[in-house]
Amino acid sequence: MLDKMINNTGDKEEKGKPVRLSGAQAFVQALIDQGVDTIFGYPGGSVLPIYDAIYQSPLRHILVRHEQAAAHAADGYARATGRPGVCLATSGPGATNLVTGIATAWMDSSPVVAFTGNVARQLIGRDAFQEADITGITLPITKHNFVVREAGELPRIIREAFHIATTGRPGPVLVDIPKDVTLEEITYQYTDHVNLPGFRPTYQGHIRQINEAARAIMAAKRPVLYIGGGVISSGAADLVRQLAEKVGLPVTFTLMGIGGFPGHHPLALGMLGMHGTVYANLAVSRCDLLIAVGARFDDRVTGRLDSFAREAKIIHIDIDPAEIGKNVRVDIPVVGDARTVLAELIRKVSTKREAEWLGQIEEWKKQYPLRYKEDPAGSIMPQFLVEEIYAVTGGHAVVASDVGQHQMWLAQYYKFSTPRSHISSGGLGTMGFGFPAGIGAALGRPDRQVWCLCGDGSFQMNSQELTTAAVYGIPVKVVVCNNGYLGMVRQWQEIFFANRLSHSDIGSGPDLVKLAEAHGVPARRVEKPAELRAALEWAAARQDGPVLVDVRVAREANVFPMVPLGAGLEDMIGKEGWVK
Amino acid sequence: MKHILSLIVLNHAGVLTRVAGLFSRRGYNIESIAVGITEDPNVSRMTIVVDGDENVVEQITKNVHKLIDVLKVSDITHDDCVDRELALIKVTANSSNRSEILQIVDIFRARIVDVGEQSVIVEVTGDEGKVDAIIQLLRPYGIKEVARTGMIAMVRGTKMQKTPSRRVINI
Ligand SMILES: Cc1ncc(C[n+]2csc(CCOP(=O)(O)OP(=O)(O)O)c2C)c(N)n1
Ligand SMILES: [Mg+2]
Repeated sequence: MLDKMINNTGDKEEKGKPVRLSGAQAFVQALIDQGVDTIFGYPGGSVLPIYDAIYQSPLRHILVRHEQAAAHAADGYARATGRPGVCLATSGPGATNLVTGIATAWMDSSPVVAFTGNVARQLIGRDAFQEADITGITLPITKHNFVVREAGELPRIIREAFHIATTGRPGPVLVDIPKDVTLEEITYQYTDHVNLPGFRPTYQGHIRQINEAARAIMAAKRPVLYIGGGVISSGAADLVRQLAEKVGLPVTFTLMGIGGFPGHHPLALGMLGMHGTVYANLAVSRCDLLIAVGARFDDRVTGRLDSFAREAKIIHIDIDPAEIGKNVRVDIPVVGDARTVLAELIRKVSTKREAEWLGQIEEWKKQYPLRYKEDPAGSIMPQFLVEEIYAVTGGHAVVASDVGQHQMWLAQYYKFSTPRSHISSGGLGTMGFGFPAGIGAALGRPDRQVWCLCGDGSFQMNSQELTTAAVYGIPVKVVVCNNGYLGMVRQWQEIFFANRLSHSDIGSGPDLVKLAEAHGVPARRVEKPAELRAALEWAAARQDGPVLVDVRVAREANVFPMVPLGAGLEDMIGKEGWVK
Repeated sequence: MKHILSLIVLNHAGVLTRVAGLFSRRGYNIESIAVGITEDPNVSRMTIVVDGDENVVEQITKNVHKLIDVLKVSDITHDDCVDRELALIKVTANSSNRSEILQIVDIFRARIVDVGEQSVIVEVTGDEGKVDAIIQLLRPYGIKEVARTGMIAMVRGTKMQKTPSRRVINI
């Protein structure tokens, strides 16, 4: 006889008591013991026993309408909360539908734990119905993955999966569970021991390296601090600010580093790279010391490598030794956790300020502010849309974005001030990420207002989740920056392909207001700048469920400044905000 | 440049694929890979020979090290080590040239392990250069098949590539 009750008491003594459970029940119990409250999933044949165990369990299961959205929602939940996000799918097509979401989490180092069902053990490798080698498929896009060979291993593997996903540099882990394993009966006993001799990330930086970094900072005349997603995942934002203020460091951030330093701070340079600010890119190009923290010198950030920070000594602080020296030569590597290393570094430097350098940066800021031209026809400029969302939310919202021009405008014009507020697919650039990620974020952070700024093209990749948001009353505020184009593609075609707009005009598309309403989501359309504020305020006011605002923006606006592919950061076009 | 990497890995299904995948992803062809269990049956040693740019190999090596199933990786290219390979070479042989072949086999301290009507199988162990040399000398007689194990290697003297103790991490 199985002990049917799932133990959710959190009572220490109760927690350690051995109980007889089926593999499926042990799965649910192990998730609860890991502190999981929400999972995103979609059922199917090989996970039926698991779904039976979930039924009437204390786990909150969110039924999405496509497994890709389950993975993105788990990812959004993880990015917004810092806690691991969990998704579940059946074997074969369910599992392969997760792949884009797992790859997205992998590229941005997000702690997602994905569970897939698989066919029964004796059928594996025989092309059984709905069999896919999902561990083989996800090998290069997970930190690690497991196949559970017997139910007795399940509790240990789940523990290890969460430990690996959240320890060191975070990342996705997949656990594949054959159906018959979930039917086996085992004795389940809670423990928090993990035995992974091959997995020991270095948290403490080498003290000699930190000393050397401190000396370099004290000697530098033109230093710049360059922060990435590692600052967010290690919870180092407050220390970045302390260090910057102590020694007067201008701070630039990557797309993933947004929120790691207050966007309105006088020392903030904004984002760097392809669509970075002119002053961030100039500062990096002319600096004599570049201090990289939790960033990976992505090609969208560095532009042409041989001219990147060419006058600078480079300090690279990262928990992942494989990042050091991957793309650029590094003078002072420090392998360790950003928070731990920065705390030490702050103690080793003394207060200073390079007035001449900071003065130069102020001049650049005055000369090349972020700006745009009004549309002669009086349409809503997409940059203005972002400014209005900023105004309506007081800059305090969590905003998830899709991929394209609107994503860059959000990064440029919304001055995020806290970590985990900006949620976007940086590394993989996954269209369709924003809306489901926003759903995950909203469930993880009920205390925050969550907005999704979607492209019209991107939104159509996962618009089926309107139903999910409606059914569960998830209060996400979807704003579609609707230009009727795959705008970023159109921009490249305009600039690099003589404006030959091959398959980038997606026209007025479906009527998004009707589409939303058909899913039970209240929606409005806005076409004039004067109507925008009221519509956004209407969206902000809705507490108990999703809303959508379809904003028709100037169709042919471009994202500037821009570093063309293959150019150095100094060779930006559209420095003035447009090209003549 | 040629690199010799020595890995200590957990004896788990898929570990070879994980390691090999990190090389193929960067377009690197592994020249040889030899795997076998060690004194601890839960742990295997892998010896990988790969030709490539110093920096790229170093970066791949760091990624290999990050694999959960990999306990230790060392680039022993510049270490003083013993490296050996075993090869089986099937050579065309008849009564007229068998004695010549035997002479070559003797010089290389190799062995004949099978004698057929039309061929013999030669077994040779040695470093890569030695195996290459005997194959070269046997080629004129007609080589029908070659099977090589790929290199295995071990650092000389007391310096040891230890398996780290199994530490229990309490979370
Ligand atoms: C899944 C996927 N397919 C294709 C692309 C290539 N791509 C990058 S941006 C873009 C256009 C996005 O259009 P939209 O969502 O309308 O945003 P906009 O640029 O118009 O703001 C495309 C097709 C991608 N990033 N992701
Ligand atoms: Mg668009």
